[in-house]
Amino acid sequence: MQSIVANPNLASRAERALWWPATRLLLGLTVLLGLIYPLAVTGLAQVLLPAQANGSLIVQNGQVVGSALIGQSFGKADEFWGRPSATASSPYNGAASGGSNLGPANPALAKAVAERIAALKAAGPVAPGPVPADLVTASASGLDPHISLAAALYQVPRIAKVRHLDAGKLQQLVLQQAENSWFGSQATARVNVLRLNMVLPRG
Amino acid sequence: MGALSEKIMTEKKISLPLFDPALLKPALLDSVRKLALREQLKNPVMFVVYLGSVLCSVLWVMALQGQGDAPAWLTGSIAVWLWFTVLFANFAEALAEGRSKAQAASLKGLKKATIAKKLAAPHRYGAGFTLVDASDLRKGDVVLVQHGELIPCDGEVIEGIASVDESAITGESAPVIRESGGDFSSVTGGTRVLSDWIVVCATVNPGETFIDRMIAMVEGAKRRKTPNEVALTILLLALTLVFLLVTVTLLPFSVYSVNSAGSGTVISLPVLLALLVCLIPTTIGGLLSAIGVAGMSRLMAANVIATSGRAVEAAGDVDVLLLDKTGTITFGNRQASAFIAAAGHTPVQLAEAAWLASLADDTPEGKSIVVLAQRLTRSPAVLHEGEQSGHNTLHALQQGLTPAGVSFVPFTAQSRMSGINLGSRQIRKGAADAIRRHIQQQGGSFSTVLQQQVDDIASRGSTPLVVAEGAEVLGVVELKDVVKPGIKERFAQLRQMGIKTVMVTGDNRLTAAAIAAEAGVDDFLAEATPENKLALIRDYQKRGQLVAMTGDGTNDAPALAQADVAVAMNSGTQAAREAANMVDLDSSPTKLIQVVEIGKQMLMTRGALTTFSLANDVAKYFAIIPAAFASTYPQLALLNVMGLTSPASALLSAVIFNALIIVVLIPLALKGVRYRALGAEALLRRNLLVYGLGGLLLPFAGIKLIDMLLAVLGLV
Amino acid sequence: MMLQFFCLQGVFMLLLTLSAHPMGAWLAPLAAGRVSGRWQRVDAMLLRMAGIRDEGMGWRQYALAVLVFNLLGALLLYALQRLQGLLPLNPQGMGAVEVGSAFNTAISFVTNTNWQGYAGESTMSYLTQMVGLAVQNFLSAATGIAVAFALMRGFTRRESADLGNFWADVLRVSVYVLLPLSIVLALVLVQQGVLQNLSGYTTYTTLAGHAQTLAMGPVASQEAIKMLGTNGGGFFNANSAHPFENPTELTNLLQMLAIFLIPAGLTHAFGRLAGDRRQGWAIYIAMSVIFIACAVAVMAAESQGNPLLTALGIDGGSGNWEGKEVRFGMAASSLFITVTTAASCGAVNAMHDSLTALGGMVPMWLMQLGEVVFGGVGSGLYGMLIFAVLAVFVAGLMVGRTPEYLGKKIEAFDMKMVALVILTTPALVLLGTAASVLLAPGLAGLANPGMHGFSEVLYAFSSAANNNGSAFAGLSANTPFYNAMLGIAMWLGRFAIIVPVLAMAGNLAAKKTLATTNGSMPTHGGLFISLLVGSVLLVGALTYLPALALGPVAEHLMIWAH
Repeated sequence: MQSIVANPNLASRAERALWWPATRLLLGLTVLLGLIYPLAVTGLAQVLLPAQANGSLIVQNGQVVGSALIGQSFGKADEFWGRPSATASSPYNGAASGGSNLGPANPALAKAVAERIAALKAAGPVAPGPVPADLVTASASGLDPHISLAAALYQVPRIAKVRHLDAGKLQQLVLQQAENSWFGSQATARVNVLRLNMVLPRG
Repeated sequence: MGALSEKIMTEKKISLPLFDPALLKPALLDSVRKLALREQLKNPVMFVVYLGSVLCSVLWVMALQGQGDAPAWLTGSIAVWLWFTVLFANFAEALAEGRSKAQAASLKGLKKATIAKKLAAPHRYGAGFTLVDASDLRKGDVVLVQHGELIPCDGEVIEGIASVDESAITGESAPVIRESGGDFSSVTGGTRVLSDWIVVCATVNPGETFIDRMIAMVEGAKRRKTPNEVALTILLLALTLVFLLVTVTLLPFSVYSVNSAGSGTVISLPVLLALLVCLIPTTIGGLLSAIGVAGMSRLMAANVIATSGRAVEAAGDVDVLLLDKTGTITFGNRQASAFIAAAGHTPVQLAEAAWLASLADDTPEGKSIVVLAQRLTRSPAVLHEGEQSGHNTLHALQQGLTPAGVSFVPFTAQSRMSGINLGSRQIRKGAADAIRRHIQQQGGSFSTVLQQQVDDIASRGSTPLVVAEGAEVLGVVELKDVVKPGIKERFAQLRQMGIKTVMVTGDNRLTAAAIAAEAGVDDFLAEATPENKLALIRDYQKRGQLVAMTGDGTNDAPALAQADVAVAMNSGTQAAREAANMVDLDSSPTKLIQVVEIGKQMLMTRGALTTFSLANDVAKYFAIIPAAFASTYPQLALLNVMGLTSPASALLSAVIFNALIIVVLIPLALKGVRYRALGAEALLRRNLLVYGLGGLLLPFAGIKLIDMLLAVLGLV
Repeated sequence: MMLQFFCLQGVFMLLLTLSAHPMGAWLAPLAAGRVSGRWQRVDAMLLRMAGIRDEGMGWRQYALAVLVFNLLGALLLYALQRLQGLLPLNPQGMGAVEVGSAFNTAISFVTNTNWQGYAGESTMSYLTQMVGLAVQNFLSAATGIAVAFALMRGFTRRESADLGNFWADVLRVSVYVLLPLSIVLALVLVQQGVLQNLSGYTTYTTLAGHAQTLAMGPVASQEAIKMLGTNGGGFFNANSAHPFENPTELTNLLQMLAIFLIPAGLTHAFGRLAGDRRQGWAIYIAMSVIFIACAVAVMAAESQGNPLLTALGIDGGSGNWEGKEVRFGMAASSLFITVTTAASCGAVNAMHDSLTALGGMVPMWLMQLGEVVFGGVGSGLYGMLIFAVLAVFVAGLMVGRTPEYLGKKIEAFDMKMVALVILTTPALVLLGTAASVLLAPGLAGLANPGMHGFSEVLYAFSSAANNNGSAFAGLSANTPFYNAMLGIAMWLGRFAIIVPVLAMAGNLAAKKTLATTNGSMPTHGGLFISLLVGSVLLVGALTYLPALALGPVAEHLMIWAH
């Protein structure tokens, strides 16, 4: 340590005046970065991009029915189900996001998944093949608006049956609603459940 | 000097056999003696092993009384091998020290009780003296040493001249001249005066003489940790603490795991101790001090005494070597190689004049002129046929006599010429500018053609010697400086190692440039003076380079003191020796190169063994982790990639490997890793491959082998 | 799916490499302690307004300034949380934050950890989010960058005691770098759907006829700096998994890039300052190598799915979906998981607690490496340089010279500081975990049983001590025990590193700079890069292998045993 030879005058002066510059700088930057910056961005956003800045809300018949970005709890047999939600107090609680945080080997996870599979199968006929994994596992936010394309197709037989629709046409509808993911294939395509349910016809 | 340098160039090694039986026994005893707490505290890594051994022994005793958390035989075996680990490390150090002491013992012979003739005032030759014991001499005392007597102390010759046998220190049998004043006034205690007498003023107090310091150094009594060693020790200590944390926290982790899995047993203390000792860098920790001692020892073997280990280390860092041209790069004695006659004269005339002018010249240069002239002119005697008196004179001269009418003119610093007056003939030879001044005084002229010839010779790296008779120049003798064979390759090697070589010479620029080109040095300092040598060193240092140099004269002292690594010739003055941080007993100018190599080798050995030690840990984890936790989480048995027989054998094999590897590596620590003159990148790649990758893989094989052995012997 | 991942990773690395270059050019003059020509007058005005005289500081003063500034910041943030009920911009009427949580959160945001023991949308008022949390997002980032600047100056200044002026560094970094980048990023995020309003929470009746309340707030402005400053503290509990924080694949990519942007740029600035850009590239490549390998490992683990669930009849081939969002899938989630833990960001777009055993071990290990793979803004570089010094020390000996880095000899004092740094975080992580799994209040927080519960605690302390902030969030950490333990771990993990780093910087600056020759070890080539990578991995492995063996490794082997 002896190798450090700071200018002693400079040192003592600066040390004496350590608290004051720190306070002044902290308060100054707090005003700039904590008030001016977010308020300016809010102002710009509200003027330029009000729809997105306020939650990308979907209005149907003059009523807000949801947000294009936030999933909703669907559990009736005649609608497409979204992903299980682990949000506090009720599923898809938009004021308390969160996941299940169950570890991969936690028996509670296997139990929950088994129950969901059973519920799915009990609700009506399903497409052949294994259960799409995303349909029976909780999302990270608990507000996931999407399910995989496979998960939507898996539910087509049930909805076609309940709504008396042609399964082939319903499948077409689902495929129309599908969004591709970057560099992805059909295996990684997804569907916005709210939007899909909004365009579901009755047979 | 030339022959000696040759010997050094071929890397002479005065080394003891690695495991000299005579050294083994005391080393074994010392390893036990070093179990004393005070000794162990010096090495933090091994101290942890020491504490572990003690603790494990206590656990063993408890286990024998039925209170242990592991089987008594296992705890006992671990304890024994932990003790062995400590002992092996002690042994490495003891052996290295033993070897150094053996080297010192030969020097100690010089410290026989010597009787000194202490002179009374006025401290001149002839004053009365009293006989005192040499060990009572204080700094400033003046003694008389006469032929056949041992010089009682290090000192400075203040009166007289004598030939001195310094072979006891240098191993060189040819006696050297020591006289008052100048560069040859320093004498070393323990050497013997062969002829004449000298009056010596002691320059040191008892116990501080050169030899005392050498012995103290070598015996390790005053061995302090070098800066790099300190830094490395800090790193090793930090790693030790990290591993201490790892093992200490493994106990609560194990408790949690056993509780939550509901099966197995908590990891036992002996197992934790075994894991700890296996993980901490015991290999390098155990060998670190042996490496340092062995480095000094290697330097000793090269007949170089360092005043501190710090200097040896610094030698490894050197970027620039200042090398004296004479003796290091060239043989030093210039040889006449050609006679170039001036217009109007024949080569034979020139040869004859040069021959005459050199008859009384005893320098190697003068002798070589005589030899060449005789070869060129068959017999100079025939030159002056018909001239009886001349013939007689010549005949006399050939006999080595000085006939009447002939006088020799010796070389003086003022005239810078020498020659002969032969009746009316005045023959002179000397440097071009001296002769030019000489003939211009006589009314003669120095032609431009001649000047051209002089410059040509100089630009070839030779020294031009102009011969004149009266006011007329006869021609030029070319004295050729012979570059040592192999030196160019040596410099190329140094360049590859990133070391720049700078030739220092008193020659003029042209000559210096030519020799520099021939020898392949990177740069040169011509017309060197102590001042510009010092300036050059400072200049390099300002550019962030470390400079090493050799020197002998008193006027080298400032430069020696400024240089980062300074090797003084033992033949040099006391001032030079004091200013330097190493003394070369052989007084060999090429020694510097060897010193650099030894310094590098020492650092490399430390780095290589550190890398090896750390890389070893990976395999040890794979041995111990599955063994320690297999009862709690049986699935961890998959990590037992070596397929070790049982948890106990896995544990023991790792501990035994950890102990034995120290012994296996002792030869490497003592000899140093093989040094190669390679660039840093190539060197690093090599060493990483050998000691990094090797260190990673070897223990897998080693532990497996020990495990198989233990299983075959039915010990586990 | 693997192909999708490699494409995404390829694009990510390409964009990162392209942007790191100009970022380095932007940061380099600031790192040197000046502003480029035409900005000088503006700069002088700014400094005058802030009342700062740009005088050099020795390392002690610099360190004191860092400590005082951050201490004041922590006090201010604590006060804001406790008083938010009385302050404006609180449409939801949030009350005072509980003492322990406020203490933990104040330290968390000041230390750039942004560990969140609370749920944002149900705890913090808009004012606290903006004036408290977001401001510390800026200032903790600026502090980290300033310390990295000081260390760079240590390496590049010769025989000087001057490490620069901390006040000027913080001010310049905040105003010239973080603020403009944040404004741009925030607006892009809004365009993609991130919220930016001061309204109360919106309630409506959903299509299915339930009432749904959506949390609102000035999210984008905070989100931008949360990423750029490698903070990671989410506006909402679900962090970047929340559709209002990270609504699209594009925002996800931008957020990942934003996390790495400044750490990557700093490596280039370092190269520029060292007068040899290859030095910066070497660090950048070493970081990239570890990052890419780890990302591939996470992706491989996650796309394998969970065999225990596959056994129930679900499509295991689509990967491990628990705790992931469909719009990100396995590829973008795995990449984000790696980015956020390689850097000390800690924002999450998937729930790490629900990752596969190995998929969760990789991010945990990345933190345990010391957050040096890009790492935190500033802290990643200074952490990596500490490892470079360590690597150079051992390797330097092997080439037979006193080790040197950038012409500075590495000596005992420097090694002491390196030793403190490499000791501090393992001590905090291992001792903290040990105490928690022994003591009842620690064990009470565990959400998952067995090995996974152990992993939760190990993850928490790895995250806190290395200032990452992500969590195996099942752990109930908002308890007095964890608030205190993790708070201490975060504080020491930050400042017990910064002080020795500054001390080393001061010591290095005072040294002569040695010339580099053929005999000095080159610190820019492939060999050095492998050496650096090797040192980081070896130290990380040797320190944490036993603990990892008892957590994720044992869990993995158990899950796949059948």
